[in-house]
Amino acid sequence: MQITSPAFKANASRELKNATLQKSLRNLERGFINNRARAAAALPEFEALRDEARDIKNHTLAHLDLYLEAYERKVTASGGQVHWARNAEEARAIILDICQSLQARTITKSKSMVAEEIALNDYLEAHDVTPIETDLGEYIIQIRHEPPSHIIAPAIHLTKEQVAGDFRRVHGNLDPERNLEEPVTLLAEARTVLREQFLAADVGLTGANFLVAETGTSVIVTNEGNGDLTQTLPKAHIVLATIEKIVPTLEDVAKIMRVLARSATGQEMSVYTTFSTGPRRADDVDGPGEYHVVILDNGRSAMLGTEFQDMLRCIRCGACMNHCPVYHAVGGHAYGWVYPGPMGAVLTPTLIGVDKSGHLPNASTFCGRCESVCPMRIPLPKMMRHWREREFEKHLGASVPRLAVRLWALLARRPFLYRLGVGAASTALRLIGGRKGRFKSMLLAGGWTKHRDLPVPTGRTFMDQWRQRQDEREAAGNAAAKHGRRLGQ
Amino acid sequence: MTAKGAIFAGIRRSLGTSGADIARRADVSDRLQRPPKGLIPARGQLDRAGRVELFVAEAKTVSTTVERVATAADVPAAIADYLRSKNLPQAIRSGADPRLASLPWDTEPQLTVTQGPSKGDDLAGLSHAFAGVAETGTLVLTSGPDNPTTLAFLPEFHLVVIEAADIAGDYEAVWDRLRATYGKGEMPRNLNFITGPSRSGDIEQTILLGAHGPKSLHVIVVEAETP
Repeated sequence: MQITSPAFKANASRELKNATLQKSLRNLERGFINNRARAAAALPEFEALRDEARDIKNHTLAHLDLYLEAYERKVTASGGQVHWARNAEEARAIILDICQSLQARTITKSKSMVAEEIALNDYLEAHDVTPIETDLGEYIIQIRHEPPSHIIAPAIHLTKEQVAGDFRRVHGNLDPERNLEEPVTLLAEARTVLREQFLAADVGLTGANFLVAETGTSVIVTNEGNGDLTQTLPKAHIVLATIEKIVPTLEDVAKIMRVLARSATGQEMSVYTTFSTGPRRADDVDGPGEYHVVILDNGRSAMLGTEFQDMLRCIRCGACMNHCPVYHAVGGHAYGWVYPGPMGAVLTPTLIGVDKSGHLPNASTFCGRCESVCPMRIPLPKMMRHWREREFEKHLGASVPRLAVRLWALLARRPFLYRLGVGAASTALRLIGGRKGRFKSMLLAGGWTKHRDLPVPTGRTFMDQWRQRQDEREAAGNAAAKHGRRLGQ
Repeated sequence: MTAKGAIFAGIRRSLGTSGADIARRADVSDRLQRPPKGLIPARGQLDRAGRVELFVAEAKTVSTTVERVATAADVPAAIADYLRSKNLPQAIRSGADPRLASLPWDTEPQLTVTQGPSKGDDLAGLSHAFAGVAETGTLVLTSGPDNPTTLAFLPEFHLVVIEAADIAGDYEAVWDRLRATYGKGEMPRNLNFITGPSRSGDIEQTILLGAHGPKSLHVIVVEAETP
């Protein structure tokens, strides 16, 4: 997929003027946000469970090599195969190889963000294997040739009218008289079309919400049931997952499960949580004949031991973007790659480079809502600041802000000069600004004053006011103390 | 170096460990052998009657329909009634589960029960649950010839029989039973947690039932233990 993250500012301007998108984004509040709040409030242990979930992942990451070893042993013992991929290229080649070994012509897919990350669909199509997305949202964006705009609701940027138009365009046999005005008729149409695809597919590919070391199990969490049809009906089930999806035991899955759906859609539990271990057994009457797990690193092992390690706790619930004012304003496509919102602003620079995606960690109000709702308590704002620091160190930012930060740093280390400078600047601005009380434009701050006026400083500096208040308080304190002594006499 | 070797070397380099550290290995094998239970919500910590009540209440909140019958002998009539109420033909498909096979089907001569996995042309599928979880009204199904996975996903109507005694308070209690049944560290090919009928909110966040799996999920709770 084309990376447009370097054009974040232009993307954002465009999306802000997109009336259809703005209408769709307003659904977030009604849906995800209210539902999450209700689900969290209904479970008294919710906050304590977030702590446990964080601790489970921290423990796992500290022992990641050993849990991966244990996991692979169990998969092999249950008749499955584990394939290791350092990068996207290796993962794609492994998947194609499995498809070709089965002469597969079509491959059904359950929603997988990692498949988006490695741009799997384009690659398979180029090699004559047709990928079919089966999650309703993913299916819609596939026929529109668009990337997902949200990690759990990929078509959240669209209205039902747009979806109806797409179905009429793509579904050749669709009766023009057929009513497609309501989501329920759209769903029925997609169900009919995809049911045939499920039954015909040669290979099914799913992601994984968890890989369980204790049992060699992959776990998917869905609401539609498409993941189960994807993995149960074809000759082979391929699981595509990254190294940090591992958890030690079934108990650990249960803990994280309790915060996952509540944080994501606000459900107490997703409809289907499916634990898969190996291929069809000797006495089985259904299930896939082969079971493959492709474990991808793609830069994650290098995040361990760095200030970005905490990001590997992410369980992809989407709560951070659901609650992000920037995401609400511009939607997911503006971020320009696979992962949008706060988690994307932290993860994308590690995967495609901060040189291409430096705008993302800067596109933040630092309001902290993302961290406050993250079930895994990932300090997202702090990590966005780390990226800003790295960007600065790499001399990647624009020259004016860099100069301004340098100047500020120089003064901030010399309090006397700082006070002198601030006092002089504020007097000068007052003189120039005069009676109007505001500036319509300001040299070197054109980007800021383009959208708002800069108010003229009106009183004394903060430092002056602070000192005065401290003096007053001290005086009052002394007076009270004297008074007290008198009363005590 | 193989991809696997490179990934493990990368992880160990980042963690500053060699992989031979005995203390780390002991931590891992200890956790795998004796999984810590951790915090379990109080919600499901009830006696048997309380668990059944909570299971039924939670199941209803996610659009599962529930019927409670006194004994297993009442199940065939309950199924026939349900199919009639939905204007469905008197036909259902199930696996080889002996708990289902031994039911007195001859009390419902109109009802045809066929056995085997679904190929996608059955309107109604019937499974017997391995367990239930009261805290979220969740059914737990295990794959195999007794209860083929396709029966839970291809038919539009999925009916599930569960014994009241198999309704646990929380997920952790199910893990204990699973290990007792399948062995430590062992799993059936598929273990399905099912909480309500299939749904999607992908179009304008409007929740609709019956996305790809069943449009209706009907649970029959058998109060008495099967002798």
